[in-house]
Amino acid sequence: MSGQEYRCVDAARGGLMFMRPVPGVGLGERVRIRDDQGRERTGQVIRSAEDVILVQVFEGTDHLNPEQTWVRFLNEPFTVPLSREVLGRVFNGTGEPRDERPPLLSRLRRNVNGAPVNPAARAYPREFIETGMSAIDGLNSLVRGQKLPIFSGSGLPHNQLAAQIVRQARLPGEESDFAIVFAAMGMSYNEARFFQEDFEASGVLGNVAMFINLADDPAIERLILPRTALTAAEYLAYDLDLHVLVVITDMTQYASALREVATAKGDVPSRKGYPGYLYSDLAEIYERAGRIKARHGSITMVPVVSMPSDDITHPIPDLTGYITEGQIVLSRELNSQGIYPPIYIPPSLSRLMKDGIGKDFTREDHPRVASQIYASYARALEVRNLASIIGAEELSGSDREYLRFADAFEQQFVGQAADEGRSIGQTLDLCWQLLSLLPQQELTRVSEADLAAHYQAEAAGEAPVSA
Amino acid sequence: MPGKVLTLNGPIVNAELPGIATGEQVLIGELEVVGEVIARQQDQAIIQAYESTESLCPGDPVTSLGHPLSVELGPGLLGQIFDGIQRPLQALFSSHGDTLPRGVRLDALERERSWCFTPDPGLKSGDTIRPGMILGTVPETETIEHRVLVPPNIHGELMELAPAGDYCLKGVIAHVRGSGGRVHELRLFHRWPVRTPRPYERRDHAVAPLLTGQRILDTFFPLLKGGKGAVPGPFGAGKTMVQQQIARWADADIVIYVGCGERGNELVDILESFPKLTDPHSGRSLMERTLLVANTSNMPVVAREASIYVGVTLAEYYRDQGYDVVMVADSTSRWAEALREVGGRLGEMPVEEGYPAYLASRLAAFYERAGRIETQGGRRGSVTLIGAVSPPGGDFSEPVTSHTKDIVETFWALSKPLADARHYPAVDWIDSFSGYAATAARWWEKEVDPEWADHRARALALLSQADELTRIVNLVGPEALSPAQRWALEGADLIKQGVLQQSALDPVDSYCPPAKQVALLRAMLQFYDDGGELLDLGVPVQELLRLPLLAQARRLKNLPAEGDADPIADFIEQLATETGALRMEYAQHEEKPA
Repeated sequence: MSGQEYRCVDAARGGLMFMRPVPGVGLGERVRIRDDQGRERTGQVIRSAEDVILVQVFEGTDHLNPEQTWVRFLNEPFTVPLSREVLGRVFNGTGEPRDERPPLLSRLRRNVNGAPVNPAARAYPREFIETGMSAIDGLNSLVRGQKLPIFSGSGLPHNQLAAQIVRQARLPGEESDFAIVFAAMGMSYNEARFFQEDFEASGVLGNVAMFINLADDPAIERLILPRTALTAAEYLAYDLDLHVLVVITDMTQYASALREVATAKGDVPSRKGYPGYLYSDLAEIYERAGRIKARHGSITMVPVVSMPSDDITHPIPDLTGYITEGQIVLSRELNSQGIYPPIYIPPSLSRLMKDGIGKDFTREDHPRVASQIYASYARALEVRNLASIIGAEELSGSDREYLRFADAFEQQFVGQAADEGRSIGQTLDLCWQLLSLLPQQELTRVSEADLAAHYQAEAAGEAPVSA
Repeated sequence: MPGKVLTLNGPIVNAELPGIATGEQVLIGELEVVGEVIARQQDQAIIQAYESTESLCPGDPVTSLGHPLSVELGPGLLGQIFDGIQRPLQALFSSHGDTLPRGVRLDALERERSWCFTPDPGLKSGDTIRPGMILGTVPETETIEHRVLVPPNIHGELMELAPAGDYCLKGVIAHVRGSGGRVHELRLFHRWPVRTPRPYERRDHAVAPLLTGQRILDTFFPLLKGGKGAVPGPFGAGKTMVQQQIARWADADIVIYVGCGERGNELVDILESFPKLTDPHSGRSLMERTLLVANTSNMPVVAREASIYVGVTLAEYYRDQGYDVVMVADSTSRWAEALREVGGRLGEMPVEEGYPAYLASRLAAFYERAGRIETQGGRRGSVTLIGAVSPPGGDFSEPVTSHTKDIVETFWALSKPLADARHYPAVDWIDSFSGYAATAARWWEKEVDPEWADHRARALALLSQADELTRIVNLVGPEALSPAQRWALEGADLIKQGVLQQSALDPVDSYCPPAKQVALLRAMLQFYDDGGELLDLGVPVQELLRLPLLAQARRLKNLPAEGDADPIADFIEQLATETGALRMEYAQHEEKPA
């Protein structure tokens, strides 16, 4: 059947083709579409009924004349070819090369939808990854196999942050085989270029598989791009035993494309017009990160989610936060103060941190120090708030110390240079240096033994930075 | 005669299948994807498929299995992890590898495994058999004795009961002659449809609190064995940690953890950590009393809807054996979303936020399966239901949270600001409530401390006073407060940090026994009272706020009580000494001018 072409398109709109039924067409089947100009497009069957077949066309349905469109059903699910050669290459969302090199040839093809991992097959992620960034390593540690998104906003330096993580991430004391899968949706040419140059400059380009859909490429392609990229990541991790870091940017673009197609299909909208299945759909992507028992490789995922109008309760960041194992939240306020990376600590979280830090992984005092910093910074922000109402002069002595702590913490701990990598030891020492700005009796989250070992009493009176 | 597929729309399949009843299970296509008939319309059946429908085509055959979605109930359930339709995931992992295959049916309980059966010595041939009677016992784990029950619908005369010995699961252990002369063969296991609550004799009042070892839950917002509770909270507020802590430390006999549409790694965390943890009540590995039902967020959405019912039916089964069972469902919002997704695909009229109109009644019916009951066999058992709720954007006015709030009696509202300050468990003392406090008070007063209710009420009042004062401080600054008010703020903070805050990661503090809960609370209130007296004597509040004892009080919860050492009693002694010294000093001050 796969050789036969049908001309039975009734309508084409919004990236969807409505076709008269053809017997034996399965759900999810891949189709090839040829238009009157002889251009080829790829699509996938998303509804199959006795009266209509619905196909989503990844190249979009612009310039498509239903009477002059021929469709071939390939009688196979949507698969992509896989081999070690994906590294160093650039593809589009459907897995076609976009680096002007020949297509990948491999007998191994896998369904881009993957298959849900059996929870009993998963291994719990607990290997600490050092990113060299204090705000992440010290307070929101990333572990191998985790999915930790960056919640950002337009104009914030999430790309620089993602690139820095890619450059610096390593397991302390281990040189290992790694690969990077970079999936970009709706990205501008300049941003894509930035990443490419950054990979090149740090000499990792040969270890990167890039899947790129630019801002002016068809939006529907974004629906399949993360799936194609993750299929490659799974191959690299579980077949080739590599530790794969997947950077996906920007999931908001993906969700918009999903909404576009859902609306065209007539799905019942839930919040802000997104379909009710947005959660399940996002989960199908995010849950592909992880570790699997008896497999050497792993998939660690750092998706970028831009929050429309910086609203963390918007459905996309909100649902993402419910699926991922924490989030790194960027703040416009810190950014405008010139602090890079502008990671806003209170809402940031790493759920897997608890098992990846401490005695056998980083340092014995790490969990308590992190908790203390969080608590002290939360208190310091309250004080700062108060100071903005009643004026800093009216504050009590210990409150003024909190104010000093907040400023020093943001400048010295959160802030660091784009090419600066700090070891976890340096980060934790810095924590203590900053905590020592506060009176000892305020530090109740750490133990007496910690205080005896690390608290620097003489620092308390001095001002290390002018606030 | 097989029917055939007409339309495929995601997990919803329309098929020509005359004569089938709603609720019946079907197999679709050559792959034999499992589904359930949810509606009938003339000759057509609307089917929801529990597995992905990818690659199925119109025209594919559909065959009926002839029974509704049921679970297998018998020994071998504990320690297992099942998916949303009770397929054993560990067995699937060994037979089919890393990912979940479609169209595979595996028995939930291992058929060949043999169990050491001891018949009930009181039973003999000729005895009348009623539903819920215990035929005998099987040691399911070291701690749990599995009581082999007469299934709920079997009445008659016992013809023969197997003697003690090893039997495999499908071996017949009793023959019962029913009323029509029909002979029933009873085995170590039976089946029960998940959407039908298991019958019981009568409902009882819940009397005892469910002790979780979490101070804010047990002392401030108690839940009873047989009660229903909910944990709503935005992402990152610590819902899962609260639920896991309950699963770990609750003084129940059996814990059923349903991971419904949540992260795979969370279930792995339980699978890997529970076998290493000991149950503080029995001293045995926690996994021996735990059973997991997992439908993670990437698994098919329709099975997510079923997983809640599978979980609660398993809970009812152990309840019927006379056990106290806790079922934790994380998260009921994902279950509601599964309803919404199916409703949407069926073209049902959405009401609030796209949810179908029957959301509230389904939720209520689910929570109603909780309760402390007298079983058909005359024993007492209970099912406690605790559902996590994940409100979008942390908005508690959304449909699932607001309906749940109307249904449950204990509401542990998690707060984002508390979580952001790493105050865990982030249970908000203003928004949470418990309708069980009066009943729980009777237990606490009898078993632990006659002043429990009094302490609890004082602490809550102090917390709410402090919230009020904080608002004033935020408007006009701390200088506007009187010394007594400054001290009240400190007192509330002592309670927050010294009592409410509890680290799940601290080996000492993760589980707090009831006596220690009251002792800690008493110590903090004592400190507050003593301070109040000193203020009256003229001690400046600044001097009180400088007391190193304050930091010590906050760390008290983490100090282990080893051997004879009782850090809380020591602390109270020290408190008495130091406040006594201050009292002396200032009493003299007062005398001087006189």
